[in-house]
Amino acid sequence: MTIERIGQRQNGCGPARGSLPESRRTTRWIKSVLASTVLCAGAWLTPAHAETATMVLATEPPTLVSLTNVATTALAVSGKVTEGLLEYNEDLSPEPLLATSWNISPDGKEYSFKLREGVRWHDGKPFTAADAAFSINLLKKVHPRGRSTFANVTSVEVPDPQTLVIKLSQPAPYLIKAFASTETPIVPKHLYEGTDAASNPNGNTPIGTGPFKFKEWQRGNYIVYERNPDYWGKPDPKIDRLVVKFIPDAAARSIAFESGSVDFGYRTPVALSDLDRLKSLPNLKFETKGASYSYNVTRLEFNLDNQYFRDKRVREAVAHAIDRKVIVNTIHYGYATITYSPIAPGLKEFHDPTPSPYAYDLKAAAKLLDEAGLKPTDGKTRFRLTLDFNPITTEGRRLAEYIRASLARIGIAVDLRAQDISAFVKRIYTDRDFDFAVNGASNLFDPTVGVQRLYWSKSFVKGVPFSNATHYSNPEVDRLLEQAAVENDPKTRVGLFKKFQDIVAEDIPDLNLVSPTFLTLHNAKIHDLATTADGAEGNLAHLYVK
Amino acid sequence: MRLLSRAGKSLSRTAIQALPVVLGIVVLNFLLLQLVPGDAADVIAGESGSATAETMAALRKQFGLDQPVLIQLANYLDHLAHLSLGFSPRYNTPVGDLIMSRLPFTLLLMLSAFVLSLVVGIAFGAFMAAFARRWPDRALSLFVLILYSAPGFWVGLMIIVLFSVKLGWLPSGGAMTVGADLTGLARMGDLLTHLVLPSISLACFFTAVYARLTRSAMLEVERQDFVRAAEAKGLGPFAIQMRHVLRNALIPVTTVAGLHLGNLLGGAIVVETVFGWPGMGRLALDAVMARDFNVLLGVLLLSSFVVIVANVLIDLLHAWLDPRIESV
Repeated sequence: MTIERIGQRQNGCGPARGSLPESRRTTRWIKSVLASTVLCAGAWLTPAHAETATMVLATEPPTLVSLTNVATTALAVSGKVTEGLLEYNEDLSPEPLLATSWNISPDGKEYSFKLREGVRWHDGKPFTAADAAFSINLLKKVHPRGRSTFANVTSVEVPDPQTLVIKLSQPAPYLIKAFASTETPIVPKHLYEGTDAASNPNGNTPIGTGPFKFKEWQRGNYIVYERNPDYWGKPDPKIDRLVVKFIPDAAARSIAFESGSVDFGYRTPVALSDLDRLKSLPNLKFETKGASYSYNVTRLEFNLDNQYFRDKRVREAVAHAIDRKVIVNTIHYGYATITYSPIAPGLKEFHDPTPSPYAYDLKAAAKLLDEAGLKPTDGKTRFRLTLDFNPITTEGRRLAEYIRASLARIGIAVDLRAQDISAFVKRIYTDRDFDFAVNGASNLFDPTVGVQRLYWSKSFVKGVPFSNATHYSNPEVDRLLEQAAVENDPKTRVGLFKKFQDIVAEDIPDLNLVSPTFLTLHNAKIHDLATTADGAEGNLAHLYVK
Repeated sequence: MRLLSRAGKSLSRTAIQALPVVLGIVVLNFLLLQLVPGDAADVIAGESGSATAETMAALRKQFGLDQPVLIQLANYLDHLAHLSLGFSPRYNTPVGDLIMSRLPFTLLLMLSAFVLSLVVGIAFGAFMAAFARRWPDRALSLFVLILYSAPGFWVGLMIIVLFSVKLGWLPSGGAMTVGADLTGLARMGDLLTHLVLPSISLACFFTAVYARLTRSAMLEVERQDFVRAAEAKGLGPFAIQMRHVLRNALIPVTTVAGLHLGNLLGGAIVVETVFGWPGMGRLALDAVMARDFNVLLGVLLLSSFVVIVANVLIDLLHAWLDPRIESV
């Protein structure tokens, strides 16, 4: 009986027995007791689950299914249990998931999906098209974006248990990109029917079709998922257990990566200032892939109702005073891309890389302010403004500080105003009590879903966050956006968005500054983490530890 | 016996006082929270990065925010009267469950840090007093000053770097090894290894306070007549220090320590954040950020109970330390 043998036994925490002569058996028994004691002691110091992967999140998700709440933390965990119809590769072209094939009618008004056969929910009930149809109707009602994403959906039909047909009143060219697990989760009809989706217990103890089964949620501490042995994609998943830990402190997250107590995190899970130090560690890898399902654009939004920003010359002057290169290099430590357009560079087919007509030029800025009749009163300061910033990222504050410094050079005094996210959202979107604000907006997977809401005059709705905050209104822009939302021909649609970008670049209701590069950090032993467009937000069925 | 009857008296007196105090705390907290800008729906929409007018209205309805403030307060008090702390729509869980899942961890961290700081602080203080104005006193004073002035999060991070990154002896965060499925002693051991670093970093500041207090209190007591009397009747210096000087010097220390118990409950937020310790401070902070006021009110209510109970205990401790102190 050797230590190796005991090591091979599952949970080898007791003396092993064999058929040996009494005396030898006794000594061996003693040896094996010693050995297993050592092993057991080791087991609670360093858990011996080789096939566990641990994900780190800064905060705890409010729910484990991204149905009524799509906070980033909820997106991070939802897809492991609750899958969607499709997944997407790096350039956002669809791949099968719960749907094996799909077809869009030539007029773009009918989507039909063939669903995978033999899929079962974690509670053993069969998954059918009725579940998918129920989910889409539910999402249309309760998902924060559902009402806009599925706006054109007139009916969802189930001709047979493996077929789903979605009928639209007019084409929705972005829709085929909306079926990812996190964006359009397919939930079990038998658990949600006739209940209130937001307070359904499935949000805390999810049942899905995914590669991982929910096991335990220790509030404020961790979530544990276990391998689903009956997964339709057998032999996936490749790991036995997925753990999600919440570490609110950025420095502590860096340390957790360093000490190996967490294996991966995404959307740049550590402070940018720590990246250089962490990059020198041999056991950590950095990945830019797996972030193409959601590009962000960092923006400076002018309140066009403000007495100064109503004058386009003032906005031009501000545009001339800001150097995007400094923002990339100093504020984002190089982990960002310059953008002049509200459509992120990552959405390659739509993004217009043409530089802003208002290049960095302090003299031109000062001249414009002089022309606007805003001459310095005390020889230095022309006027005073308050700048708010979205507190959800640390870069927001630093960017606001940079803008304050830049604008001081052209005689605009800026006071920064810090507040938490709730106060910020209320101030900007409900009270509209702001001059200008550093904010971010997600492009999501398509400009109609992510960008239109920021510029469309009809999306100026008080009390609705991440709508048209500037109060921009241009009939031509409205027309272009509305047409692009239903344009079935991809080329024409790209043309419409190009025109839209030209106009807003000229009008500057806001300044689009940079698109942050989101890094996925992972231990070198973790492989195949970012195989889809949503990377770590995906179902992680292919992830393995080696 | 006397102690017991005192305990009874003290408890009944506290119970009579506690009810209006707690009610006042609840109503005041509730009304103060109404002044905070933004509500839970704003937070959820802010986190989600998307919303429509309909989802905002649905969220407000779900959180009961569409009701007038006084109705909301009445509803809350109604829940309390039925011994329920209400429901957190954000976490889709009863507040009582959320708090009870954190309370054991909070009490564990709080009490271990409290005991650690008292024991070490009093030991340091007694040592410094014994060597007053000589070099061991000076050296220890300097160390205590460092403990006093170093912020808790910094101490936390530094001991993480030393003990878990460099030496690899102790885990860097969390309260237990996830997924190890431990039971019995192994589970206790696991919990304790996770507890060491957070309680040390939480205890540092308080250790310094108690050390300084003990030192000065002992030096003051040493000059009093009964100490001279004890010396005159031939007691050894160690017995005098322990039985007469230290015991009398403990009155101010325990008074301040009692006040600190409430502080520890709230002051643990920083340490909980650095160590990812699932305590109530963090729950309260998250509740503020999320405008999840049912949770926050629950935490505040429970904290006020803890403070009241702590005061009773300190009261009793005083009676034991110095029988002359009578409860009124």
